[in-house]
Amino acid sequence: MNPTPFDIFVLPFTVGMSLLFAYLILKYASWIWYFDRDDKLKILRGLFSLKSLKAAKEIFLESLIHRKMFLVNKRLGYMHMSLAFGWFLLIVIGAVEGHTYMGGAAPFYFPIFFVYFVPDDESFFFARGFVQLMDAALLLVLSGVVVAIVKRFYKRIVGMKSTTQLRLRDKMVLYSLWLIFPLRLLAESATCGLHGSGGFLTYPVGQLMAATLPLKAMEYPLWWVYSIDLCLFFIGLPFSRYMHIPTEMVLIFFRNWGIRLKPDNPILEEVMVLSCPRCGVCIDRCQLNTAVGNHDTQAVYFLQRIRNSEEHSAQAKNCLMCGRCESVCPVGIDLNAIRLRHRQNFTPETFVPQYNNAEARKVDVVFFTGCMGHLVPKTKDAMVKILNASGDNYWFMDADGGVCCGRPMKLAGQTAAAEKLMAKNRQSIIDSGARTLVTSCPICYKVFREDYNLDIEILHHTEYIKRLIDSGKIKVGKLNTAVAYHDPCELGRGAGIYAEPRAVLDAVATLTPVPDECKNSLCCGGSLANLTLPSADKMRIAQQTMTSLTTNHPDVVATACPLCKKTLNRTQMAPVADVAELVAEAMKE
Amino acid sequence: MWGFKIAKSQSINYDRNDKEIMRTVLDNEPSLRVCMACGGCTSTCSAGNLLPTFNIRRLNTLLQRGEYTQLRNELNNCMLCGKCTLVCPRGVNIRNIVLNTREALMKYESDTI
Repeated sequence: MNPTPFDIFVLPFTVGMSLLFAYLILKYASWIWYFDRDDKLKILRGLFSLKSLKAAKEIFLESLIHRKMFLVNKRLGYMHMSLAFGWFLLIVIGAVEGHTYMGGAAPFYFPIFFVYFVPDDESFFFARGFVQLMDAALLLVLSGVVVAIVKRFYKRIVGMKSTTQLRLRDKMVLYSLWLIFPLRLLAESATCGLHGSGGFLTYPVGQLMAATLPLKAMEYPLWWVYSIDLCLFFIGLPFSRYMHIPTEMVLIFFRNWGIRLKPDNPILEEVMVLSCPRCGVCIDRCQLNTAVGNHDTQAVYFLQRIRNSEEHSAQAKNCLMCGRCESVCPVGIDLNAIRLRHRQNFTPETFVPQYNNAEARKVDVVFFTGCMGHLVPKTKDAMVKILNASGDNYWFMDADGGVCCGRPMKLAGQTAAAEKLMAKNRQSIIDSGARTLVTSCPICYKVFREDYNLDIEILHHTEYIKRLIDSGKIKVGKLNTAVAYHDPCELGRGAGIYAEPRAVLDAVATLTPVPDECKNSLCCGGSLANLTLPSADKMRIAQQTMTSLTTNHPDVVATACPLCKKTLNRTQMAPVADVAELVAEAMKE
Repeated sequence: MWGFKIAKSQSINYDRNDKEIMRTVLDNEPSLRVCMACGGCTSTCSAGNLLPTFNIRRLNTLLQRGEYTQLRNELNNCMLCGKCTLVCPRGVNIRNIVLNTREALMKYESDTI
């Protein structure tokens, strides 16, 4: 048992660390306090269940290894992994080393300054091994710091076109973080140089320093600077983007315990906002950046504005909600849902729809084309032809127009008004007694599935057509046409329907590959979710998307959304057709 | 004796119009300025199809005249489906104008009460 070592220079670190811990405990407690009863129960039930283990595994994979970040961008993933996992190793191996030396009774600052207190004692268990392991972990972190510093000045090094623009406060904390590890290397090497000890990294650096610098005078101040820098980082952490480190872990636990974002509970949103590390992966994904040149509405900046309580209503409205950012967010933040929460409700209480759907007919299948469906009569006619051939007993619910599905209202933040529209359609569908609802519009499809609480089967028309072809209810031949398929955002990323439209197209034509497909598909720009985008900018986005779609020179660009069709058609860059049109054309009488 | 007479003036004094909401809406959605009142929006309107008295084209006139009571009643019918915006040959973001007018009306009413 060794005497407890102490030097006054450990105080800045100890004070900084203690303040940070106190702040975090208060913060965590306040979150749980302000959750509603339902969520508190979920926490209680989840705490000692397998869910917590699953969360711990996810924390290891995402917060330390940064698996999702690797999937998006390998070099950026390496940078984050080396910093997070390397630092984690330093803390864990350091703690084991310190407690081994002290026989399990080390004060919590001791492992951090171990080399200073124990410069050349190799008598305890695995002493040489610890030295080498600690050097390896430090080298891992330092490699990440080098990438991070280079990235600030030359972002292409990690394959990014744009990196996050930082505020002054973030920069101060960023510099203190960058300094921690080089300072640690210098301080440890100085001590090692004086005692002729050290591992594969600290020994040579120490020898080099001993040969060129007045080490005796430098060693003690270096440890002081290291301790003060740690203190600065810990005190600055809650006020900077690095708050994401202690928050993301909590978010992963909350999510695994089943807590979801709710309109009337802002706590989880706060946790999500604080979890954003501002890695900037969302910036290059955003077509408002790449096609329109907007640099302040991307998810990272929007969340930053919410966090700093800055004006953000313009940013809340200027978003396509295409979900391209959300689908790659390494933290898995519900970016669209947060954006929607910040759209205010301006529909007066007096909003009472004065109109009704046509009277319901008793059928097996209800077909709903939606408002936009009436803007693309070819699709509508094709669907009627297919439905007639199917032999199903169907009712074209809005053949002569009908009440809107309510999703456009919802996307504009007018939730209460949307409910009133939904109630009208829900009643018509229930009155028809149908077991299946088919819609040719992904916007309607999404709201039918998510908000209507219908006890019947809800199909997008591509799913329905695939079923008809598979069961032989309609017979199709193969057209001599090369098609490129455009995934509508609401259907693909929004509802996870990727395979069915492709299967149908494969049956009636020749599918050609597109550079940005499925999860990475581009938005047509016409999205109803964007409330303010001028029509000229929508056109820019549509042109960007059509450029990608026509890379392999298809005869026709196929899509499965009336809004996408209408928007892409305007570019006049290639013929655009709905999947249903191609099927109707390929149908054998 | 020819059936002619001098009619009373039926001119409207536009200077007395309350243009506050009009100005707010134009600030937020300047595309309204290029509206040529062609009526494409009205002919495609989903709500107008079900409720023939609802005419979205009238929105611009009502805004300019400052007829807020009628404006509020008209806007109560819009479902925000966005078809009007899609068919507008001048690229007017009509859906955003409806949203902005509703917002401005609510603010205006809470200020005047």
